[in-house]
Amino acid sequence: MTRLHVDWTRCDGHGSCAELLPELLAVDDFGFPRSRGGERDPAVADRHRQAARHAVRSCPVMALRLYDAPS
Amino acid sequence: MTTAPTLTRRLLDGAGTDHGAHLARYGVLPRLSRDDLLAALTDSGLTGRGGAGFPTAIKVRAVAYAPRRPVVIGNAMESEPLSAKDAVLLGRNPHLVLDGLETLARAMRARRAILALGPEVDPGATFAAARGREVEVVQLEGGFVAGQETALVNQLNGRPAIPRDPFTRVTEAGVGGRATLVLNAETLAQLALLVRYGAGWFRAAGTTEDPGTSLFTISGSVGRPGVVEAERGSSLRDVLDPAQPLRPSAVLVGGYHGAWVRTSDLDVRLTRRDLAAYGASVGAGVLHVLGTDTCPIGFAAGVAEYLASESTRQCGPCLNGLPRMATDLARLAAGVRDHGLPAEVQRMSALVTGRGACAHPDGSARFVASTLDVFRDHVAAHLEGWCPTPTGRPRRSDS
Amino acid sequence: MSQAGLTSAFWALGRGTGVVALVLLTVSVVLGIVARSGRRVPAVGRVGISDLHRTAALTGTGLVVAHLGSLLFDPYAQLRLVDLAVPFLAAYRPLWLGLGTLAVDVLAIVTVVSLLRHRVGPKTFRAVHWATYALWPMALLHALGSGTDAGTTWFRGLAVVCAGAVVAAIGWRLAPSYAGRGWTRQHRRPA
Repeated sequence: MTRLHVDWTRCDGHGSCAELLPELLAVDDFGFPRSRGGERDPAVADRHRQAARHAVRSCPVMALRLYDAPS
Repeated sequence: MTTAPTLTRRLLDGAGTDHGAHLARYGVLPRLSRDDLLAALTDSGLTGRGGAGFPTAIKVRAVAYAPRRPVVIGNAMESEPLSAKDAVLLGRNPHLVLDGLETLARAMRARRAILALGPEVDPGATFAAARGREVEVVQLEGGFVAGQETALVNQLNGRPAIPRDPFTRVTEAGVGGRATLVLNAETLAQLALLVRYGAGWFRAAGTTEDPGTSLFTISGSVGRPGVVEAERGSSLRDVLDPAQPLRPSAVLVGGYHGAWVRTSDLDVRLTRRDLAAYGASVGAGVLHVLGTDTCPIGFAAGVAEYLASESTRQCGPCLNGLPRMATDLARLAAGVRDHGLPAEVQRMSALVTGRGACAHPDGSARFVASTLDVFRDHVAAHLEGWCPTPTGRPRRSDS
Repeated sequence: MSQAGLTSAFWALGRGTGVVALVLLTVSVVLGIVARSGRRVPAVGRVGISDLHRTAALTGTGLVVAHLGSLLFDPYAQLRLVDLAVPFLAAYRPLWLGLGTLAVDVLAIVTVVSLLRHRVGPKTFRAVHWATYALWPMALLHALGSGTDAGTTWFRGLAVVCAGAVVAAIGWRLAPSYAGRGWTRQHRRPA
């Protein structure tokens, strides 16, 4: 199960990730990404994999990473 | 032959800084191999006494087989303002805590053994006891979050005492890039006892699922505040009674990140399962009694403001959300008749939960949510413009 | 093709790639400032801006490589390999050419660090990226000083437009309103 991890110490609420993954991420009152499913590190389905990699590349402060979590 | 400590006088009857007297009282510290130590920890069922209550055996195992020699750290940062147990323990029984660190360090061939003291801890006894022993004692900078595992590791690495992204666990890479084990000072003291007297002895107190004893710091509306030791699984009432609660309205269990238990529920047992119904946990054993003469909303607003000010300001949701919660609680305390306030506070508390590098926002959210839940009637009164607390009146925000 | 014809072809390629590279690097600088502002641009979004910034930068860099290559192979340009890396040693207009060489050196470092940004971390990446503010003026001055077409009206006009765009963007970057980002939030205090 691939998951998207936010390094909160880096995230500055730029919002590119939420633009690319609207099904997974919403934006909170302060501009920071919020996992729609409520999980800390949202699961990334296969159909979102490409957009997720794009998001990881696009984050200007490199706050994102994808990793494989045990199911 | 030394006699094992009795059921609930295990930790606080220390011999102070005199190592000889300490050894006479407790016996020689056995040298355990890594595997024997892990077996003892597993059999005893010891869990962490620093707040998270994680099984110690699992934590130790995570670093026990690291390729490079690990680092072991005793956490006596005492960052929770309502807690004094680690400071008292170190004042009365520093050698026991040092015993725990040395046992671990020897069993795992640790590169370093460090006992980290927070600024609120009087270091005299600890420094004195540590002379000639194999532990480095350091007194560090404080702050509510400074005792958090990664913040502590950061500080020991010469960086500011703020948490780092938990993606890389300290058990993988911590101080100096080595596998690092952080255990609370009391956990270390418990360990030092159970390696001498055995898992069976340890389990003679407490419950099957939560064995042993632990230290509780009792404060607030009580005649005799202070640190006491009690069996795990005791009822809240039994632990509080010797401290002589005065006209209690509720008890804050778990400190500023904890939750409230009403006076009507004082028979709840201090176990993970029983307290879960209240959204609380034993945590680091902080029990703060709120008297009927203190407005709970006003108290909570003060705590929320403190928690907001202690945010390390790294993570957006925490740094922005906690002040919002604090401001709204202050308005509720002041009697602002905005009926949307409780829902807004709840919304903000849900918003910050799980969205930060550490559990500071989660704990703060838990405290705030518990306040609104347990004191629901009190909140309703404030919204109608009056305060049920005898001496209280909704405080104007400018007073 | 005759020797002269080949020379002309390389020379033309050199000039062409240089001019387009300058334009693309200008676009990249301006878009970088827009991206940093955090403003959402309609239709393309923040992602679009950062993608365009990156594409313009990489394409511009590629064209710079082509620019160097074609001039290296053009015997008329008398460019040696050392002139590609060490500035101010060229036979022809050493100062202006040297600025170009210096710009290439900086561009190489910025590009490598940017491509490796996930490895080096945000602090190093950001620190190195500041160098683009030195890179762009050097590229422009190099073009104006040693470019064959520098004297022409069309190039001067182009240079004015590019300079104007960058100056305007930097002016906005320095304005207090730049940090607004469009919503009220407290600033982080990074470690």
